[in-house]
Amino acid sequence: MRSALSEHVEKEQFPQYPAPVAIQPAGTGHAPHHPYLQHHFDNMAQQMEASTLGMWTFLVTEIMFFGGLFMAYLVYRHQSPQGFQEASHHLDVFWGTLNTALLIISSLTMALAVRAAQTSQKPKTQVMWLVSTMILGAGFLGIKAIEYTEKFRDHIVPGPYFHWEGLYPKPAEQFYSLYFAMTGLHALHMVIGLGIMTVITVMAWKKQFDGEYYTPVEVAGLYWHFVDIVWIFLFPLLYLIGRHYHAG
Amino acid sequence: MSGHVAPKSMYYAVFAALIVGTALTVGVAFVDLGAMNNVLMLGIASTKALLVILFFMHVRWSTRLTWVIAASGFVWLLILFGITMTDYLTRGWVEGTMK
Repeated sequence: MRSALSEHVEKEQFPQYPAPVAIQPAGTGHAPHHPYLQHHFDNMAQQMEASTLGMWTFLVTEIMFFGGLFMAYLVYRHQSPQGFQEASHHLDVFWGTLNTALLIISSLTMALAVRAAQTSQKPKTQVMWLVSTMILGAGFLGIKAIEYTEKFRDHIVPGPYFHWEGLYPKPAEQFYSLYFAMTGLHALHMVIGLGIMTVITVMAWKKQFDGEYYTPVEVAGLYWHFVDIVWIFLFPLLYLIGRHYHAG
Repeated sequence: MSGHVAPKSMYYAVFAALIVGTALTVGVAFVDLGAMNNVLMLGIASTKALLVILFFMHVRWSTRLTWVIAASGFVWLLILFGITMTDYLTRGWVEGTMK
């Protein structure tokens, strides 16, 4: 059933595509439509709305996925606030801040990539923004690798070889368990994000996106920004709680 | 396709706000403000997240249904935190209960 609303939206935004008729006149195939419009959708606006809602629904499950880890963080930090401060003090705030900046810049380039597709700019421009986003994401992962290497070197990876010179070795181990679980899951999302962006970049290069069809860039952007938001919370909660901590 | 095309200047303004927020949160972390440190830290992080959601993720111009779904994620998150912490924060209040 075609709703009055969708017909209204269609007339408003797609005057160039006549509305498909309910009963096809004899002899014609089917009504003209955009090549990327799938037949089970009324129009491009409805198709994009469905994709956007689908992605947001997935992101809600992601909020709860990371939410469980934030919950664990809250409980254990509540049980040993001093221990968490001491453990956090050991993280390198320089790398953390730099990585936050990299992700924020990558969110900007991602938003501009979506805008480039939305405004029908040349594939080259779209690809340029997408590749910039991927380079910044890869830079983030590179810095994360440097940080993880330092943690392994210093024996502050939870497990039998965990070694902590401080007042609160047990809470510190809990803190670093959460640190690796949360940043690890986040890094995994970054890796998946880079994979998605590779596909999107190839699609953009093949001139698939313009002002009438850019849903894949938009939806990939939603995912990328979500991963950025997770880091926006991880950064202060992990790196910054021990900045004014003094042992003893 | 539809969708509101926001001017480039808006994206740069939001980006600048996010960078300022990051600088602010790092700066404040070095000053001992007691419990206010956590309030400020989470306040700034939430503001930054809201800016990303509204402008970079285009929720500002999305349909009501998108608003409801996006908001529902955070509502469920608050239920998770709220109910769990009512347990942990009140343990030992009644004599003889587990601390």
